[in-house]
Amino acid sequence: MLKYSAIEILAPWVPVVGLEIHAQISSNSKLFSGSQVQFAAPPNSLVSFFDASLPGTLPVLNRRCVEAAVMTGLALNCSINKKSLFDRKHYFYADLPAGYQITQQRVPIAVNGSLSYSLCIDNKMSQMVTKTVRIKQIQLEQDSGKSLHDDTRSQTLVDLNRAGVGLMEVVMEPDMCCGEEAAAAVRELQLILQTLGSSQAVMSEGQLRVDANVSVHHPGEPYGVRTEVKNINSIRFLAKAVDYEIQRQIKELESGRTILNETRAFDSKLGCTVPMRDKEGKQDYRFMPEPNLPPLILYDAKSLPANMNHQQVVNIDWIHERLPDLPSVKRAKLVERYGILPEHSFTLLNEDGLSEFFEDVIKQTQMKPKKVIGWILKDLLSYLKKHSLTVKESPVSSFLLADLLNRLEEKEISSTAAKQVFAELWKGEGKTPLEIVKEKKLQLIQDQKDLEQICQTVIDGQENEVMAIKAGNRKVLNKLIGLVQRETQGRSNPVLVKQLLEKKLSE
Amino acid sequence: MMGNTMSLVSAALKEGRVAPTELCQRCLSLIKSTKFLNAYITVAEETALKQAEESEKRYRRGQPLGVLDGIPIAVKDNFNTAGIETTCASNMLKGYISPYNATVVQKLLDQGAVLLGKTNLDEFAMGSGSTDGVFGPVRNPWSYSRQYKEKSVPKSHSEDKDSNWVITGGSSGGSAAAVSSFTCFAALGSDTGGSTRNPAAHCGVVGLKPTYGLISRHGLIPLVNSMDVPGILTRCVDDAAVVLGSLAGHDPKDSTTIQDNFKPFELSNLPDVSKLSIGIPKEYHAPGLSSEILALWSKAADLFKNAGAKVIEVSLPHTRYSIVCYHVLCTAEVASNMARFDGLEYGHRSDMNKSTESMYAATRREGFNDVVRGRILSGNYFMLKQNYENYFIKAQKVRRLIANDFVKVFGSGVDILLTPTTLSDAVPYTEFIKEDNRTRSAQDDILTQAANMAGLPAINVPTALSERGLPVGLQFIGRSFQEKQLLTVAKWFEKQVKFPTIQLEEVKRHDHGVFQHQKSASFL
Repeated sequence: MLKYSAIEILAPWVPVVGLEIHAQISSNSKLFSGSQVQFAAPPNSLVSFFDASLPGTLPVLNRRCVEAAVMTGLALNCSINKKSLFDRKHYFYADLPAGYQITQQRVPIAVNGSLSYSLCIDNKMSQMVTKTVRIKQIQLEQDSGKSLHDDTRSQTLVDLNRAGVGLMEVVMEPDMCCGEEAAAAVRELQLILQTLGSSQAVMSEGQLRVDANVSVHHPGEPYGVRTEVKNINSIRFLAKAVDYEIQRQIKELESGRTILNETRAFDSKLGCTVPMRDKEGKQDYRFMPEPNLPPLILYDAKSLPANMNHQQVVNIDWIHERLPDLPSVKRAKLVERYGILPEHSFTLLNEDGLSEFFEDVIKQTQMKPKKVIGWILKDLLSYLKKHSLTVKESPVSSFLLADLLNRLEEKEISSTAAKQVFAELWKGEGKTPLEIVKEKKLQLIQDQKDLEQICQTVIDGQENEVMAIKAGNRKVLNKLIGLVQRETQGRSNPVLVKQLLEKKLSE
Repeated sequence: MMGNTMSLVSAALKEGRVAPTELCQRCLSLIKSTKFLNAYITVAEETALKQAEESEKRYRRGQPLGVLDGIPIAVKDNFNTAGIETTCASNMLKGYISPYNATVVQKLLDQGAVLLGKTNLDEFAMGSGSTDGVFGPVRNPWSYSRQYKEKSVPKSHSEDKDSNWVITGGSSGGSAAAVSSFTCFAALGSDTGGSTRNPAAHCGVVGLKPTYGLISRHGLIPLVNSMDVPGILTRCVDDAAVVLGSLAGHDPKDSTTIQDNFKPFELSNLPDVSKLSIGIPKEYHAPGLSSEILALWSKAADLFKNAGAKVIEVSLPHTRYSIVCYHVLCTAEVASNMARFDGLEYGHRSDMNKSTESMYAATRREGFNDVVRGRILSGNYFMLKQNYENYFIKAQKVRRLIANDFVKVFGSGVDILLTPTTLSDAVPYTEFIKEDNRTRSAQDDILTQAANMAGLPAINVPTALSERGLPVGLQFIGRSFQEKQLLTVAKWFEKQVKFPTIQLEEVKRHDHGVFQHQKSASFL
């Protein structure tokens, strides 16, 4: 018996993670009404009669939202349903004025897709693996309003600005096994949505909301009871929440307890998940077809009726032909075009605007892309991170960086000096690299005689080192180069200095 | 003047024989003197007079907007009217003033019609008697006609002579009563299972239910979205065609309206029915059909036969499942549609403030009557996950079968179906309320409902007076979007039967006295 239970405890657990992602569609107006969509507008200022569910109002489908969903479906390798349907999902809630949400429960607009994403092993950028998660479906649905609870006055305030905004719910199959995978998949999805422009997908503004379904089981056994983790508002927290929940479930099961099929909220301050107060037990959403919307019919080049008004139809092929390059293609192109490492292409795309910045610099400089990427990733990016700035907010523009790199490339300054110039540029005082170089006297000593003189002084002062070099210890030469650099305050070209020293030592 | 058809009044307006304001005044005072009918919930006297004045200016300039300009109309109180209360005869919406006009209302106003007020109905149009609204039952004007009074013998002298009044049918009873008592020249109703045709039959007026999707539902507070159609009540078929022409067509605010443009039509004055094939569906010989109506029905069939039309018996085998099928589909949509009445955004809100949930519950208990609450309850039951397949899906399948029956019959060469509209003439209110709303609705909708299931156009044409001196109508059902053919046949039939005009004491007094003496007539 003892042996048996020991095996059981030792048997590894297999975590299973699936995701339900709500992406707010980027469009001027809501899914079924003409109200404007805008983040942080004054409460209840963007509410049409339909959004407030005034009696007698009817939904009218927004074509832009349909196109965004089709675009997203195509980008996620889905098959697009030429006929999809809308349903009502009923529940009473203060921020759901109609008492039901219009969604696509039976036949969604897109199904059976996949998303490939990459992540690095052991935090090493050089060891990346590519994984795939299946996309079950993408459905169009309405967002709800927002309830604000004022506990002191025991009031609930309702803001309907968000009510009726178009959402795409992307359902990912439980093909992931840890927080890092979930985070990488969501990051890739976010990049795709942003590339397509179908959603701005900013998690902190609620444009991308992720719920994670987590369970654990032993290999060869059926999936365990799952919990749903909500209230995750950043990708970093997604990884944390999922990993916490996996560990929690394993601990529970190993202590002989069971997992409840429940909804849990992630508490980002405590870094753990806690059970959510369920809305009065089990809900029966009493789905029924939305009678006020005819089936949503999409066309392709073949089925497109000749006499149909083009404003009235959505043509899948037309959208397909106009899809922009997706992140994976963009990365491959960067690697191919500039000879940079694949992992560098990931970093370039991960930061909003960084690849564009990189390419702008390349256009304005003679420096080889392989060298430019170093400046972008090691210098620019680390400065940005240190100051928590986005690429757009960078005080050093692509023009200034290119100017600086050109001076380096022209051997006007040393790379050490270039770093100093960069630091000065970062202050954003409006100086050009040339001005900084002049002001700080950073230009390389162009006069060879001056440099020879300095080299001679160094040699004269380092008898032991000279002896060692002459005895064959070439490594010591570097020390002398360093001393010359110090003497010139980095204004000497190390290659030239090396040549001069070698020449002098061999005399 | 007041009893004339809209077309004749329109001609009088055009020729200056009557001014829009005078016409409006006459209607308003007739509404006052027939207040006991309870046909109107709200009379919009002020705005109506303003509209009439505007109309008058246009006539003076010689630029009327069309045949509807200056025509006093009434609208059922489940259509939204900007600035005028829209109640659905429910506590839930008492005092509710909509910020927008229903598309049909807007279209009528845009064409110069004068909106007199909002007519009475069963609460949220759930009923077949116009007896179950929070403002009380509507009385059938024919109860006070010379025709009815002469024939009805009071059972005993001790009985109040007023207790014999009969119902209008429903749920658009207010609109039917308004048209029938000459307080307006046309009215809007709504028709989900017969709510326009049934009261039209009982009140002796024309009641048209157009094809689903031909007229916008935007602004009509829904009963069953997939069956609701705005209905048209008028004094003659030609008038119905005119109103239809002014309302039909695509509405960008209602995605279920047809995309094609609708071309208004005029009906021939010498319609030819000799080449038509008239179907007589045998299933409409339903249990409870009065012998009187049965006789009228076959007389009508003979009329067509004698005019050279082919009259054949046809079968719509699934029609008998219509009532139970309707019950499931109707209550399910009702449960869903009524979910928005939670007291938060508009309408009644209970004082109960223990929690949001208790506020919802109290609001809905106080706001809805038993009929509405009962339908919500059963609808939610049918939509539960474990019941959905067995009830809702099944009912949808049956609905398809019912609709297919019509497709087959029309496919076999039948042009128009001829049926009774109701099983009998109108019953006295005291009789009517002996049965509950559900039983009554099931009985009364039996002959009209299938057309809603199939989305087909149908019309009630007043045909004759019963032995009791009350109106009886017959129904024609046409092919989808073939309103012109349907109305042409209806007009031909209307000409043959020469339905008598209602003889109302009040109207007589009005047409003669009121305007000379400027005093309002009182009744009783």
